[in-house]
Amino acid sequence: MIYLDNAATTKVAPEVLKEMVSYYEEHYGNPSSIYYFSAACRDAIDNARQKVARAIKARPSEIFFTSGGSEADNWALKGIASALKYKGNHIITTSIEHHAVLNVARFLEGSGFRVTYLPVDKYGMVDPDDIKRAISKDTILISIMYANNEVGTVEPIREIGRIAHENGIYLHTDAVQAAGHIPIDVNEDMIDLLSISAHKFYGPKGIGALYIREGTEIYPLIHGGGQERNRRAGTENVPGIVGMGCAIELALKGFDDENERIIYLRDRMIDKIFSSISGVKLNGHPEKRLPGIINICIDGVSGDTLLLNLDMAGIYASSGSACTSGSLEPSHVLLAMGLTEEEARSSIRFSLGRYNEIEEIYEAVEKLAELVGRLRNS
Amino acid sequence: MEIYLDNSATTRVRNEIINDIVMVITENYGNPSSLHHKGFKAEKILNYSREMIARLLKCSPEEIYFTSGGTESNNLAIRGYLKANRRKGNHIITTAIEHPSVSNTFLDLKKDGYNVDILPVNPMGYVNIDDIKRIITEETALISIMMVNNEIGTIEPIKEISAIAKEKGVALHVDAVQGFGKLDFDVKEYGIDMLSLSGHKIYGLKGSGALYVGRDIKIAPILTGGGQERDIRSGTENMPGIIALGKAAELLFGKIDENARFMYELKKKLVDELKELDGWSINGPGLNEAAPHILNISFSGIRGEVLVHSLEEYGIYVSTGSACSSKHHSESPVLKALGLKPNAIQGAIRISFSIFNTEEEVVKAAEAIKKIVPELRKYTRR
Ligand SMILES: Cc1ncc(COP(=O)(O)O)c(C=O)c1O
Ligand SMILES: Cc1ncc(COP(=O)(O)O)c(C=O)c1O
Repeated sequence: MIYLDNAATTKVAPEVLKEMVSYYEEHYGNPSSIYYFSAACRDAIDNARQKVARAIKARPSEIFFTSGGSEADNWALKGIASALKYKGNHIITTSIEHHAVLNVARFLEGSGFRVTYLPVDKYGMVDPDDIKRAISKDTILISIMYANNEVGTVEPIREIGRIAHENGIYLHTDAVQAAGHIPIDVNEDMIDLLSISAHKFYGPKGIGALYIREGTEIYPLIHGGGQERNRRAGTENVPGIVGMGCAIELALKGFDDENERIIYLRDRMIDKIFSSISGVKLNGHPEKRLPGIINICIDGVSGDTLLLNLDMAGIYASSGSACTSGSLEPSHVLLAMGLTEEEARSSIRFSLGRYNEIEEIYEAVEKLAELVGRLRNS
Repeated sequence: MEIYLDNSATTRVRNEIINDIVMVITENYGNPSSLHHKGFKAEKILNYSREMIARLLKCSPEEIYFTSGGTESNNLAIRGYLKANRRKGNHIITTAIEHPSVSNTFLDLKKDGYNVDILPVNPMGYVNIDDIKRIITEETALISIMMVNNEIGTIEPIKEISAIAKEKGVALHVDAVQGFGKLDFDVKEYGIDMLSLSGHKIYGLKGSGALYVGRDIKIAPILTGGGQERDIRSGTENMPGIIALGKAAELLFGKIDENARFMYELKKKLVDELKELDGWSINGPGLNEAAPHILNISFSGIRGEVLVHSLEEYGIYVSTGSACSSKHHSESPVLKALGLKPNAIQGAIRISFSIFNTEEEVVKAAEAIKKIVPELRKYTRR
């Protein structure tokens, strides 16, 4: 089994699991309870909040735990839209966002908001000048992903942050693929809201966070008890929160070494693919990219068929984001980058992670080359 | 030694399911939406859990949607139904003793222009069926009422309420976070259209829950995105939470009556043991009429909060009310709705049982209470 789908989800780090387990069995109290028994849970949450804050250079009071990246994205967009509808009704985003942003933007269009979907260039990069042009007096939010999940292109967030800031407009960034993989600094980048999800950096599924800059006007999405300082109701997923804190700390600690290693593996894989298969094109930016994502277009081969065959050979990759891989639609990201439908349908994504080994990479490419050859001849 | 008698706030994860959780984390870590083998395996786990919950509710697995907990389920049911059924009217009904995840959602909807009616309850915590009949109109879209109250254990007459709702074509949402796995019922027979449940109240994990939505009921999502949970709830599935919920439901199947009998006995034992003490009374329906796991008692002349902290010194954990509100020093809206006097409200504690508590623990807790209460009374200035 060779798992090359780390952008869809990652395996929980053993160190993380170990910390989580004691919150199932031992520290099982409800953090809202008044007795000391629950203090361990409250402390654990505070601790994790600090670790998450440190990872993006925010203050702990600016971190709010959610049930994942999708909830964080939904909250950012809907929460700002509700809070600022008195100011304006225009939102700027891109055409390559994850569906957790895109579908919310479409929903908001249905309730009276105007949304600009910025185009991207052939590398999947947004042009900051397009943002300047799109801004109007009604603009209340710019939501642009930190890095794209399908092709790995890292957007010029710092420049975008400056533009947003100069115009007094909130900037939200979906950093689900970036957090824990590349350095983020919400102050340098002038980010007001930022979404992250633990299962993309060796933490558990079902836990994420929204960073909300101090003073930002935002409406809650889920109402109820006073958890998360009255901003996100619901009994806290304590083991998940602990796992997320531990995972991001680990990611941060090993950052440079790990990235160096993953980039090495990635480059070997790309070299090997190019030297053993003809008619291959790399999708995404050649340099400004995440360490682990390789998206390639293979002429004359159906991505879906190829994935199925790879799967049978025990090699797990994907055709794009996991959530949409069930649909037969060609990737909206690749189409936005100017690929034809056919090219988009011939593209697949390999995403490398902490637990991949060089042998796996070579084996996967060998199998890939063999399958491509067979499929092209059939 | 620690005696945990706050099982309405949350429960300890069952030993039997920890291995399953660990397996989902270490072996079957795929994303259920992925089309490869790892994804299929995760999807299978998802379906298994869905079936286990459906079996307990006696509904079809397609009617179960996973969420991040009881709070989200309540938000999703209420908002989601109203969003998808705007033409049904703008009058919505709930009760004065709901959990904040329902009551605060209603308050928010009121700001949005909904016409909200909040039903009073009698001193035992029951709503009056005639009240509902009286206020229901052509404009009524939804009734949201809890199955079991989390502070006093009152079991509301859901079947009667659903009969009225059906007759008037009004949808019925039931917050069964405290009833699921504790009471044996059949969602269809009860005529419930939507039902919320939460994993951490039935020996599963915090941050996991589900919403039952009857086949013929339409709701709109509050979380959109990747289209998981058949477009009703987007977001990568909380696999550890979901396997724990499924396993917890499986382990409760066929055991509900036996478990209830056991917890009723614990409750009765505690009450019997306290008989020697004077100046206390049970809030709500009390012993056999309330849910098996909840007992709410007011002690005269002391503050519940002080008693909670004193018991803590004996390693005994109980609470003053619902966990979410227990941090705030405000009075319990539930006890207030019963019409209790301020003194009785201040002197209240909630003791809530699990199937893992023992008679010995209950006797110890009673002994501690019998020792502490007179001391506190003696040293409390009036
Ligand atoms: C860029 C991006 N945003 C949002 C999400 C959604 O996060 P989650 O899976 O935690 O709901 C994902 C992953 O699925 C993603 O890749
Ligand atoms: C009756 C009731 N409804 C809803 C909830 C909220 O569920 P959760 O804690 O899973 O958000 C609770 C418990 O906290 C409850 O007791």
